[in-house]
Amino acid sequence: MIGRLVATSAVVVVLSTLAFGVGYPLLVTGIGQTAFASQANGSLITKDGKVVGSKLVAQEFTGNQWFHERPSGVAYNAAATSFANLGPTSADLATAVHKQLVAVIALEGPYNPGLAAAGVPVDAVTTSGSGIDPDISPAYAALQSHRIAAVSGLPLATVAQLIKKNTDGRSLGFFGEPGVNVLKLNLALAKAEGH
Amino acid sequence: MTANGWLQILFYMVALGALGYPLGLVMAKVYSAEITPFERRLRFLGAPERAFARLTGAVKERDQDWKRYGLAVLIFSSVFIVGLYGLERLQSHLFFNPDHLPAVPWHIAFNTAASFVTNTNWQYYAGETTMSYLTQMVGLAVQNFVSAAVGMAVLAAVIRGFARRGEGGLGNFWTDLYRSLVYILLPLALALSVILVSQGVPQTLHGHVVATTVQGAQQSIARGPVASQEAIKQLGTNGGGFFNSNSAVPFENPNGLTNFLEVLSILLIPAAQVFMFGRMVLARRHAFVVFASMFVLFAAGVAVTVPAEQHGSAVLRSAGVNVTASGSQSGGNMSDKEVRFGIANTSLWAVATTDASNGSVNGGVDAMTPAGGGAPLVNIFLGEVVFGGVGSGLYGMFFMILIAVFVAGLMVGRTPEYLGKKIEAREMKIVAVGALFVPTMVLTLTAIAVVSDKGLASVFNHGAHGFTEALYAYTSQGNNNGSAFAGYGGTPFAASFGGVAMLLGRFVPLLAALALGGSLAAKRPAPVSAGTFRTDGATFAFLLVGVILLTAGLMVLPALTLGPIVEGLS
Repeated sequence: MIGRLVATSAVVVVLSTLAFGVGYPLLVTGIGQTAFASQANGSLITKDGKVVGSKLVAQEFTGNQWFHERPSGVAYNAAATSFANLGPTSADLATAVHKQLVAVIALEGPYNPGLAAAGVPVDAVTTSGSGIDPDISPAYAALQSHRIAAVSGLPLATVAQLIKKNTDGRSLGFFGEPGVNVLKLNLALAKAEGH
Repeated sequence: MTANGWLQILFYMVALGALGYPLGLVMAKVYSAEITPFERRLRFLGAPERAFARLTGAVKERDQDWKRYGLAVLIFSSVFIVGLYGLERLQSHLFFNPDHLPAVPWHIAFNTAASFVTNTNWQYYAGETTMSYLTQMVGLAVQNFVSAAVGMAVLAAVIRGFARRGEGGLGNFWTDLYRSLVYILLPLALALSVILVSQGVPQTLHGHVVATTVQGAQQSIARGPVASQEAIKQLGTNGGGFFNSNSAVPFENPNGLTNFLEVLSILLIPAAQVFMFGRMVLARRHAFVVFASMFVLFAAGVAVTVPAEQHGSAVLRSAGVNVTASGSQSGGNMSDKEVRFGIANTSLWAVATTDASNGSVNGGVDAMTPAGGGAPLVNIFLGEVVFGGVGSGLYGMFFMILIAVFVAGLMVGRTPEYLGKKIEAREMKIVAVGALFVPTMVLTLTAIAVVSDKGLASVFNHGAHGFTEALYAYTSQGNNNGSAFAGYGGTPFAASFGGVAMLLGRFVPLLAALALGGSLAAKRPAPVSAGTFRTDGATFAFLLVGVILLTAGLMVLPALTLGPIVEGLS
């Protein structure tokens, strides 16, 4: 009886491996690549025929002329996502938050007179879950808009318009939270500046 | 928190019931049919199922008793474990290993084989650098389906035992396995994965793509067949992610809609199984009471976690940044959380994933506030009977239900009855094993791990926090959850101990549940009388919640005192 069960089990192991280890992922790949080719390949954004990134992956922006992403615990490495794993009371977290807060105030302060900690949205000083969160909150985008307007020479209203256009609202108007896609926003900004 | 956040949570809870109910009725039909399809218009499905039944001998043996059924589960799982172990050890000699990864060390190979076959998905390794593509795809990924289906099959068998009227067995394991896989998991996983792809989850056989960023840097973007794995890891309460940051990564979970569908998928099948149970034993009201009891504990977890996270962490509040929710930010404790999910959706996920034995996350758990992170921890200690893992959650709940019935029987001085059947000494012995084995084992293993030299070598932090690490590791593995407390290391000692914990934690309660089903199948229901304690009212729900809290609480409180509580006081 046991010998027969072992033989049956072995056959079922092989069958299920073929069905769910090979057949199922290939079927989904076939459907995905046919019906949703762009999404299935990573929602890549190309400019002049070259891949500049993915709509769904944050990349690093430095300097005055760009909107900045949220801080990343993995230096925006899209091949090694990770949580920062700093506990809610940890001294390391306090140091990291403080350092980032000082940097944000130094960067945005000159364009936002009187900017203090209370004016800095929390997502500007915290690392995201993935380390490659493609979004910032509308509040953080609004804070940065004054700097962008001053540096680019575009009217503040135009910058606000760009932010609005590149804000992903809640899915179906209900699920999730609104976020501003920084890569798309910066590409739109570059276009508006005539680059 | 904004009103919209609460509305989203409310909508989730309504959707869970509204979708779980009809799915449960469909599942009841699936498991009740003879070896012909359950609907006339689906008759074309009959040929493959009959072929499978001939192959496995299910044609001749349609009704196994609990021992035969359990033996089939054990042998099938053992063959899979041996196969997985062999695949991991031999991967360096096999194909589809582009990074030329060496054989997996024996203790990691054993732990991982046990982990995936028991629906735990504990990972003592980093996927990218340990497992070849072949091992991942034809080894580990298959278990996302199969280990879930085994749990679902066993549950169907136990329920069948409850429904039988003095004769017959529990059904046939191979038939139940086939139906769980082909009629329930596969259609749901296919539908979900296609929706996920449409929203931006990659599904490609190509690897990394290198982008030249706007500022001219090179960025390597990892892709792969993500959607197909994401769908089944959520539906089968598996939890092992394609990427390290799991469902926080935009490629696993790109927007609010996918997040809703994924967190719904965690609890969908376990919730549906409660209604399926009600239909199969013809006790609809009782099933609603069980659902309500689970729901109360689930809602309590949400009610603790959400406000705590929205309040923000001590560090963020003392830094003085703006943590207030408004129309332009979700605010709160955004450490290790994603903007598109915000506080409400990340907190909801953390509670759901620990109620079920899922273990997936859409934000960092370590960074949660003490109260916000405490509720998920408590959930795991409750033994995952609040909806719980697919199949295993509800059959674990049956032990709690019978304890509640037994306690009520003692109070009113009558022989306890459940679903019209007398509960006697034999059943209560089985229940005691089913309910107490795992917590006892967890505490024993933790004790050995913290007094032996080899055990201490696995602990990362010192003092009370180190004790918590060990306690959490064996609790998570013993309960087949798989979520991890960073730090506890994969030494040969810890990995093999953990492997044993997962195997015993899976199969001892599983066999106890089958034995219970077999024992009740042999009993004829007695007519309901005025003295019968009713299990379909609010009183029973109250009693049941109390039993769950007391049983789990008394077992783990002393241990918690040595770990998190000392830590909090010091």
